[in-house]
Amino acid sequence: MENEKRRPLSNVRAGETVTLAGIEAGRGLHSRLASMGLVTNVEITVVSNNEPGPFVISVKNSKMMLGRGMAHKIMVL
Amino acid sequence: MDKKIKAALAGNPNSGKTSIFNMLTGAHQHVGNYPGVTVEKKEGTFKYAGFEITLVDLPGTYSLSAYSIEELVARNFVIEEHPDVVVDIIDASNIERNLYLATQLIEMNAPLVLAFNMSDMAEQRGLKFDIGQLSKLMEAEIVPTVGNKGKGKIELLDAIIKTSGQGKRQRIHKVHYGEEIEHELAEIGMLLADKEQQLVENHGCRWLAVKLLEHDSDITVKVHSREVLEAVTAGIEHLKSIFADEPEIVMADRRYGFISGACQETIKTTVESRHSTSDMIDSIVTNRILGLPIFLMLMYLVFLSTFKIGKYPMGWLEQFFGWAGITIAGFWPVGSESWLKSLLVDGVIGGVGGVIVFLPNILLLFLAIALLEDSGYMARAAFIMDRVMHKIGLHGKSFIPMLIGFGCSVPAIMATRILENKRNRLTTMMAIPLMSCGAKLTIYMLIIPAFFEEKWHGPMLWLIYIIGILLSIVVIKVLRLTVFKGETTPFVMELPPYRMPTGKSVCIHMWHRGWMYLRKAGTIILAVSIILWVAMSYPKPSDQSLEGLSAEQAQQKKLEHSVIGRIGQAIEPALKPLGFDWKIGTALIGATAAKEVFVSQLAIVFAVSSQEAGGADGEKSAQNLREKLQANYTPLTGFCIMLFCLIYAPCVATVAMTRQETNSWGWALFQFFGLTALAYVVTLVVYQIGNSIAG
Ligand SMILES: Nc1nc2c(ncn2[C@@H]2O[C@H](COP(=O)(O)OP(=O)(O)OP(=O)(O)O)[C@@H](O)[C@H]2O)c(=O)[nH]1
Ligand SMILES: [Mg+2]
Repeated sequence: MENEKRRPLSNVRAGETVTLAGIEAGRGLHSRLASMGLVTNVEITVVSNNEPGPFVISVKNSKMMLGRGMAHKIMVL
Repeated sequence: MDKKIKAALAGNPNSGKTSIFNMLTGAHQHVGNYPGVTVEKKEGTFKYAGFEITLVDLPGTYSLSAYSIEELVARNFVIEEHPDVVVDIIDASNIERNLYLATQLIEMNAPLVLAFNMSDMAEQRGLKFDIGQLSKLMEAEIVPTVGNKGKGKIELLDAIIKTSGQGKRQRIHKVHYGEEIEHELAEIGMLLADKEQQLVENHGCRWLAVKLLEHDSDITVKVHSREVLEAVTAGIEHLKSIFADEPEIVMADRRYGFISGACQETIKTTVESRHSTSDMIDSIVTNRILGLPIFLMLMYLVFLSTFKIGKYPMGWLEQFFGWAGITIAGFWPVGSESWLKSLLVDGVIGGVGGVIVFLPNILLLFLAIALLEDSGYMARAAFIMDRVMHKIGLHGKSFIPMLIGFGCSVPAIMATRILENKRNRLTTMMAIPLMSCGAKLTIYMLIIPAFFEEKWHGPMLWLIYIIGILLSIVVIKVLRLTVFKGETTPFVMELPPYRMPTGKSVCIHMWHRGWMYLRKAGTIILAVSIILWVAMSYPKPSDQSLEGLSAEQAQQKKLEHSVIGRIGQAIEPALKPLGFDWKIGTALIGATAAKEVFVSQLAIVFAVSSQEAGGADGEKSAQNLREKLQANYTPLTGFCIMLFCLIYAPCVATVAMTRQETNSWGWALFQFFGLTALAYVVTLVVYQIGNSIAG
């Protein structure tokens, strides 16, 4: 059930708020994202999804820009 | 004798470290509103209350596991140099994420002071801190500061001095990683204490064990004991099987757990946090359709105003140097010939003055760059360009060093340190000289008004810059398909909040750059101008050989006889197909010392060559030079000069920086010759096509 809702961040539209479920990336990148505040269960609001360009998300009190490749690797619920 | 204290300023990118550094030391290090402004450590020393404090400003880092080169600089300093105090500059308006680094510093047992910077922003967001309680939990002094307004200075200094006396110490409150991990940590710790005494003495048992479980490669290579390494590998495998995740990720989670525990009790939010204005601006400037046109429009405005506003002060400076030339020439009797007069009037005033007249334009350019950096738009430009950059195999972040390149290639090449991937970094570095720097602006400012109508000035300048960007895109694409083949790496970057640039910081920035420009004019350009003047005036042909020639012919003969004349004639055949004569050719050679030399060299060539051919003394201003250019060359040649100068060999300072940052002469020379070849081909094509259309 839970697993069905799991989708990459790149599929989330602007304005939606989701929670981070996991990151499917190599170790270096994974811990980098963690140090920037992207850890499991954190709330992510997608500010803009400039398909096919990059992303802006808001996490806690900061805004981040992500490449689309990155957004594919971040799984959310 | 003052007691000495060495304090390091660490913290997340863009949290205000350099602002605090400037506040405490009185320095004017570069501050900007985007992550990654500082990429190299900077030291400053001052005295306070009987202490001599050496403060080290570090590049920003999110954690002690470095991910890019500039972060490595910060990490190594904190870990290897054992500063007496580490001051963690925390963006108090974004406290939880910023405390992450603090938990790692605490784990190191570092003597720690927490500066809650941006406390004005935190207040605006309605955050209230129970500093006393938080300080107890973190076991570190906490000082609220406002770095750009100088608030909290004394309190911070006192905290630094107090903490420096305490030395390294274990904390009572530490992140508890949970039963399983703690068990592994204890086990590895025990082995370490036994087998790696030296390391443990330097870094502490627990911290080492944590780093080893985190796969930290720098620490892992320092461990020589097989037993320890085997225990670590076994531990990691065991933990992986329990958590179905890398131990370091679980540990990161636990750290945030610790932080949110500490924050829950000590931070109150009174206002619902919102940044609606910032969001609204973002929805317009980063809009997928409007974003790029807005960016190009802003660029256009910058160049238009560089001309429109810069025109007046430039005129005054031209008049001043014209007057100075006449005055100095007046010391000699009319019609007399003196080498000193020629050196001063043609070489120094003509050459150096010809460059200094563009100071106002340079200041305007750097005003624009300062606004770009301080407002927060810089990071947005990276966002806007991401789509384009992605197509050519890089990502938007590469555009930040490129934008810095509009000011000067040297810091731009250094700024590529923020790019994590080596191939991306090298590619970006190679393309940076295609961003027209401030020095190249002087060339355009000389050429454009000489050949084009006033209404075309702004658009023409804009066009040259756009050509530079387009060429860089082609170059990057080609490099990514050939020399630097490879996957594009995913990227992530923080977007700073918009800030109103303060007059003070903008002025400091402009003053700094203006001063650098003047200093360059007074040193390198002066020296090169004199050398070129000498090379153009000597050796002189014998008097007999000049007999019977008209003044004009004699002058021509003298020039041909000089060192420059000979070099010029030697290279002229190669430059002819580009529409350049030997005068332009020699200026191009001189300009590899510094691009402004092109302007001063042309001024000298035309001054010397018209000297006795009837030109009245002192008429050596840029205006005059433009008239001579117009008389000697076509607008097509003018355009080709700009094109060639835009592309060809970077200046020596850039070559040296590329060499330093790539650690290889190979790449520096590749850049130097590659760009020169490109310049030749592009200019050749443009000139030949242009010529056949016109002809
Ligand atoms: N409102 C507010 N702005 C601040 C404060 N301190 C610094 N700033 C601004 O924050 C931005 C970043 O400041 P820097 O000092 O360059 O930050 P840094 O930590 O050195 O950044 P990096 O070198 O990129 O890691 C600048 O625009 C400063 O003017 C503060 O206390 N309050
Ligand atoms: Mg800085």
